[in-house]
Amino acid sequence: MSKKKSRALFIFICISPAILLFTVFMVVPTIEVFRMSLYRWGGLSGSKQFVGFDNFKILWNDTDFIQSFQNSVLLIVLVAIITLFFAVFFAAILTRENIMGNNMFRIVFYIPNILSIVVIAGIFSAVYDPEDGLLNSIFGLLSLDSWEQMWLGNHDIVIYSVAGALVWQAIGYYMVMYMSSMASVPASFYEAASLEGAGKIKQFTAITLPLIWNNIRTTLAFYIISTINLSFLLVKAMTGGGPGGTTEVFLSYMYKQAYGNSTYGYGMAIGVVVFTFSFLLAAIISRITKRDVLEY
Amino acid sequence: MKKTKRISTDKLFKSFIYVALIGLAISIIIPVAWVFMASLKENSEFYGNPWALPDGFYIQNFVEAFIEANMGQYLLNSVMVTALALLFLLVVALPAAYVLSRFRFFASGLLNVFVKAGLFINVSYIAVPIFLLLLGWDTQLRALMGEDFFLNNRVMLALIYASTALPFTIFLLSSYFETLPSDFEEAANIDGAGYFRTMFSVMLPMAKPSIIIVVLFNFLLFWNEYILALTIMPGDNKTLPVGLLNLMAAERAAVNYGPMYAGMVIVMLPTLILYMIVQKRLTEGMTVGGVKG
Repeated sequence: MSKKKSRALFIFICISPAILLFTVFMVVPTIEVFRMSLYRWGGLSGSKQFVGFDNFKILWNDTDFIQSFQNSVLLIVLVAIITLFFAVFFAAILTRENIMGNNMFRIVFYIPNILSIVVIAGIFSAVYDPEDGLLNSIFGLLSLDSWEQMWLGNHDIVIYSVAGALVWQAIGYYMVMYMSSMASVPASFYEAASLEGAGKIKQFTAITLPLIWNNIRTTLAFYIISTINLSFLLVKAMTGGGPGGTTEVFLSYMYKQAYGNSTYGYGMAIGVVVFTFSFLLAAIISRITKRDVLEY
Repeated sequence: MKKTKRISTDKLFKSFIYVALIGLAISIIIPVAWVFMASLKENSEFYGNPWALPDGFYIQNFVEAFIEANMGQYLLNSVMVTALALLFLLVVALPAAYVLSRFRFFASGLLNVFVKAGLFINVSYIAVPIFLLLLGWDTQLRALMGEDFFLNNRVMLALIYASTALPFTIFLLSSYFETLPSDFEEAANIDGAGYFRTMFSVMLPMAKPSIIIVVLFNFLLFWNEYILALTIMPGDNKTLPVGLLNLMAAERAAVNYGPMYAGMVIVMLPTLILYMIVQKRLTEGMTVGGVKG
């Protein structure tokens, strides 16, 4: 066998299993999402009928979908802003300040990220339980009885309870990410600023923030994508979209329609809208947060 | 005068920082520790003060979870699916990442873009199409042989887990292979080693640190995953997280909380133990390829 031939054979053997699996179980299903959204396809009978964009027209007037849309957008905004604030704050503290048990804090903050979302749903069901829940009992101990709530039963606040669980889950992950980019900022910058008389807050806004800006921008896209995904997984395990659809989010509604209701075509149309929306949102945000990259 | 003022604001700032740090740490440790505590409580202990320590070690909860709620069987399923998926993933992804990052050939650039595009595909979107795909195969198979094969199959689930993890894994491994100098391959070539020999005995052993990170991340991913497992394994053969979902629904309806918390402990204990052993590698490795599902 010639050298050239054996090289070609080697390449083929190495990459074809990966390409095959990737194509069959990821590319084809993704194409199917788009294709199926154009069909009226209901039930296991497999009756399929091409209907063009009819599914999308129905979607436009589906109040349940609009509610899930509002809930998702609210969650994305809340979770992104709150997590970003806390993650940057704690990352700055742990990299810049001399903290006792620095390492221990980092280890503990990352723990929620290794837990299954089902376990997190269980934990927060216990925290939010109206009678013997941890949160209400703490308020009870502090004689703040008026703060006690039906965290998962009250239509007006349940979405914020979900946001709380998502933030709790996400802080450590993003903190570790910001820490690694903050650690690469040279210490001499801070020394120089300190000599010039800049305080800690000034140092943070004038040095740390601009220098890790690109990292923050990247994570903004992560917030959008992962909040859409994780809110689905959490809501499905914790509230099931209830009470009364107040915690229904994008993908939980899609899953309900596609898998629960077996209206596959309609479900996939939701998927297409959500995918397009998240992509556009990420692109727009990346555009408006663009700053000149500072070299150091 | 000015100096003392500076020192006192510094002190104030320091104590504020510690309050914030300890506050967050407590909000994480307490709920997790509480679940462990609750898993040892008898059912009557769940009424009244939730902060009371358990009266004793009520192991019966675990027995009930393991045997009556089938969590023992689900644990075995999860171990098997996770191990198989990791095996499939490494066998498929390692050679592919090596070739894609270090060989230039027809369409190699295109294939690289193709695989990287996969980073944007989220499992939650494609779970139902995968289910329909397997259902279609099963329908055809049933017509031929009268048996189902693809749905409710643990090996199939493992294979699909491995497939969905391919883009991220190949991306991570490739970025490591790219940093290696080509001297190694040239030396191996001069010594008369063929392509396969060079890959197996020279290049793959060098990638060990990256392989460990890949295994860690994907272990957590596979072990904790539930939406695919729920969708394509609707039968009795469940994985742990799906079993836990059922257990949570059943025990809440039956007002029998102990086994539910025991189930949660069973699911999270392996990941916690692993995390304690490798936490440094995990939080450092995250900076290599920061992608989240």
